[in-house]
Amino acid sequence: MLSKSIHDIAASFSRRGVLAASASLMLGLAPLTGAKAADDTIKVGVLHSLSGTMAISETTLKDTILFLIDQQNKKGGVNGKKLEAVVVDPASNWPLFAEKARELITKDKVSVVFGCWTSVSRKSVLPVFKELNSVLFYPVQYEGEESERNVFYTGAAPNQQAIPAVDYLMKEEKVKRWVLAGTDYVYPRTTNKILEAYLKSKGVAQEDIMINYTPFGHSDWQTIVADIKKFGSAGKKTAVVSTINGDANVPFYKELGNQGIKAKDIPVVAFSVGEEELAGIDTKPLVGHLAAWNYFESIKTKDGSNEKFIKDWQAYTKNPKRVTNDPMEAHVIGFNMWVKAVEKVKSTDPDKVIDALPGIEAPNLTGGVSKMLPNHHITKPVFIGEIKGNGQFDVVWKTPGLVAGDAWSKELDGSKDLVGDWVGKKCGNFNTKSNKCLGSGS
Amino acid sequence: MLAYLSARLCSLALSLLLIAFAPPALAGPFEDGVAKFANDDYSDTEEAIGVVAGSGNPLAFPIISALQDGRLMADPDSKKVYVTGTDGKSIDAATGQPVASVPDSASAVRLNNRLRRSVDAAVGGLTLQSPDVGTRLQAAQSVFKSHEETALEAVDAALAKETSRSVKTALGEARAAILLFKADASEVEKLEAVATLKVRGDQEVMALLTGLGDQPPSVTKAAASAIGSIQSSLAIWSMVQNAWYGLSLGSVLLLAAIGLAITFGVMGVINMAHGEMVMIGAYTTFVVQEVIRTRYPGLFDYSLLIAVPLAFVVAGAIGVLIERSIIRFLYGRPLETLLATWGLSLVLQQAVRTMFGPTNREVGNPSWMSGAFEFGQITITYNRLWILVFTLAVFAILLAMLRYTALGLEMRAVTQNRRMAASMGIATSRVDALTFGLGSGIAGIAGVALSQIDNVSPNLGQSYVIDSFMVVVFGGVGNLWGTLVGAFTLGIANKFLEPVAGAVLGKIAILVLIILFIQKRPRGLFALKGRAVEA
Repeated sequence: MLSKSIHDIAASFSRRGVLAASASLMLGLAPLTGAKAADDTIKVGVLHSLSGTMAISETTLKDTILFLIDQQNKKGGVNGKKLEAVVVDPASNWPLFAEKARELITKDKVSVVFGCWTSVSRKSVLPVFKELNSVLFYPVQYEGEESERNVFYTGAAPNQQAIPAVDYLMKEEKVKRWVLAGTDYVYPRTTNKILEAYLKSKGVAQEDIMINYTPFGHSDWQTIVADIKKFGSAGKKTAVVSTINGDANVPFYKELGNQGIKAKDIPVVAFSVGEEELAGIDTKPLVGHLAAWNYFESIKTKDGSNEKFIKDWQAYTKNPKRVTNDPMEAHVIGFNMWVKAVEKVKSTDPDKVIDALPGIEAPNLTGGVSKMLPNHHITKPVFIGEIKGNGQFDVVWKTPGLVAGDAWSKELDGSKDLVGDWVGKKCGNFNTKSNKCLGSGS
Repeated sequence: MLAYLSARLCSLALSLLLIAFAPPALAGPFEDGVAKFANDDYSDTEEAIGVVAGSGNPLAFPIISALQDGRLMADPDSKKVYVTGTDGKSIDAATGQPVASVPDSASAVRLNNRLRRSVDAAVGGLTLQSPDVGTRLQAAQSVFKSHEETALEAVDAALAKETSRSVKTALGEARAAILLFKADASEVEKLEAVATLKVRGDQEVMALLTGLGDQPPSVTKAAASAIGSIQSSLAIWSMVQNAWYGLSLGSVLLLAAIGLAITFGVMGVINMAHGEMVMIGAYTTFVVQEVIRTRYPGLFDYSLLIAVPLAFVVAGAIGVLIERSIIRFLYGRPLETLLATWGLSLVLQQAVRTMFGPTNREVGNPSWMSGAFEFGQITITYNRLWILVFTLAVFAILLAMLRYTALGLEMRAVTQNRRMAASMGIATSRVDALTFGLGSGIAGIAGVALSQIDNVSPNLGQSYVIDSFMVVVFGGVGNLWGTLVGAFTLGIANKFLEPVAGAVLGKIAILVLIILFIQKRPRGLFALKGRAVEA
């Protein structure tokens, strides 16, 4: 009864509401349908938060996987079997991620899981995937320093996002002074450590780097924006490299706009701000600020693959304004790689799929072909986009070719000798100096 | 406003040109320069800006200002460049001849940040003698920023003719900035320049002086002393700035807490769903703006004024509903109230997520709430200023209501001594419902204001509920004045700690301080005395 009335309210509000409502209905039903499903389907787990703080970003990824499964089934499924989604809601609660992952693998018997957004949620499910030997596709740009046998990282490693962005600012904008601003958790901390080491290796002095951390959901940016302004008035071209995550971005950009910091004076390059995040802001004061991603919705492709994807996606979600973004593209690539691997080995057995995946190629949405590497990361192009007045990005720079993802950063002393190689060495953290696999102990 | 002005200027210039002037269509450096806009290459565009701006051609200004506004269209196939006026008419940028229509293959010439700076500098140089004072001031400031030698002549010419005092000062500063970086300027000129800039004494001057490079020793010395004196004056201003930021943060805390001061402070209900009332107010603002955007776009600047009473009614009605259906059964059972309202807050969040989607919703700032003004050396943003004013107004109205209206009297009577009030003929359960509704309604109003500075997402309320409890407990439960003083104290303390300790440590330090304070004074800053305490 309650869900019925919520459904009614939703229907009167928006189509999107209907979708979300039916999704939440489906959520309740998922275990039921799962229990009596026949053997002629392959089950695909979707582990994204549909409530709580991260729902803002992760709900779209759940929809993306449902969309991809729908499309694949229209093509006849995989190996003659239909795909079936099992959606669970870990509710932005990190320990719950591990519980739900266990439930997906043991109870629902899914063959593969697409999921997680924050690094802490990934770290929380890692032991489960190792213990139960299953496959996780992780679609978000992250801090690197990890290569696990059961995880395939389709988002950007730092050398596929942060380092090229800094290179761009150094070369094109002649930036000499750097503010590294981030939310206080593992991804910004590690990324900033890598960037600091990289900047110093390029001859930037310690006093020209300002590092600033803020709590999650920080909303009062007055002091920090004023500090940035002050830091920027030392006679050297200054830029902000932002690893500010989630909800804190909107008030940050609003404060920048209000205090009159224009992109042409102090540009901000962000690693966590995409089309979805900009949907909540009036972007006119932000024109010219930058973001580094491996995909932008506005990219035009010669073969029209991105245009077609956007059209199909908007038709599927029945919302002509629905935007696409980088983690969605990562899921598209990952999903297609998984399909190819399963078709290649004619089985969904995790060991066979894990062995088959490295070397598999799948087209990305920007006209290139991405390849799964032995370290379980993929090759991706890197784009720098400028925010436009309509909430989209205009690509101002891109890498000449695809960049291979480094699991271990070459900039940090602790990891520069490490490589991940699950093909030859069967090891995620092989030390090339001592010629030894460090194993899971380190 | 400025975009509008420059657009007007531009179309004026265009029409003048069309009537009186038709330059010969000979290929010269100007025409070659213009053609470079069509290459869609940032370096070529930069060259083209330089050539066009320095050409002295009367078409230069319309072209550059069109480039600034994204109205300069280039056709990559024919290499032709067109200026589209704001009136929709177009001319060929190289010849000034009107064209019937811009071909479909043409697209606006793209800019990046580096080019935007060049464009600004070029527009500055070209508009130094504009008839409009505001435009001239803007021009002088952009020349100051770019301080390129080539602009010196134009600045001198403009300075000789200038009548407005403020523009004259700005031009003088621009001239000083140019001379300071001009290699062949004399030592005397440079020393004078340093003195002129010292008077201005803001962060931009600091930027210039610290980036000076090789200079005669006397100039370096003068610059160093100027930097010293500017630094000490800026240090004082940064104290003022911290105080202002503290007031502003305090006003946000007060606004969020004021409703809780009623439901928790006066009624004693531990209302964990308080934040969700704030969120509902913010979403009401979103709905109001959405309706205005689609139906009555002219009313956008009044959207907040319309949203305030609506948010009060919506959140207040939901508050009354909650009180009647849940809370009235739980009076005197704080633990159950806490759990029930916590559950309620999750239900409300998910309901909003289902209705409006999980992503942020865009709530725009009306024009009178956007931007900032300079007060001495600090920047005061209009949205923060209005929120401070609004908060104090809400506080005053609430105080007056409790003091001077019949409902206020009944509320105070019921909270002070329920049985006595009932004996005097007050319908206590009705007053309970209305009091809870009032607290929720005020939280809704807070949501309208907070939608201007924060995300409008289902999580909006969560970030404020803890802070609100902190303020009410610190200020003293049951005392509105305590809430006021508590909010501003916490705001200012936070902002003075933040530059020293960083945002994360600052917040922790504040929490620790409050815990210590509560140990010493469990009833907060202003403890209520009398029977209510025992009730």
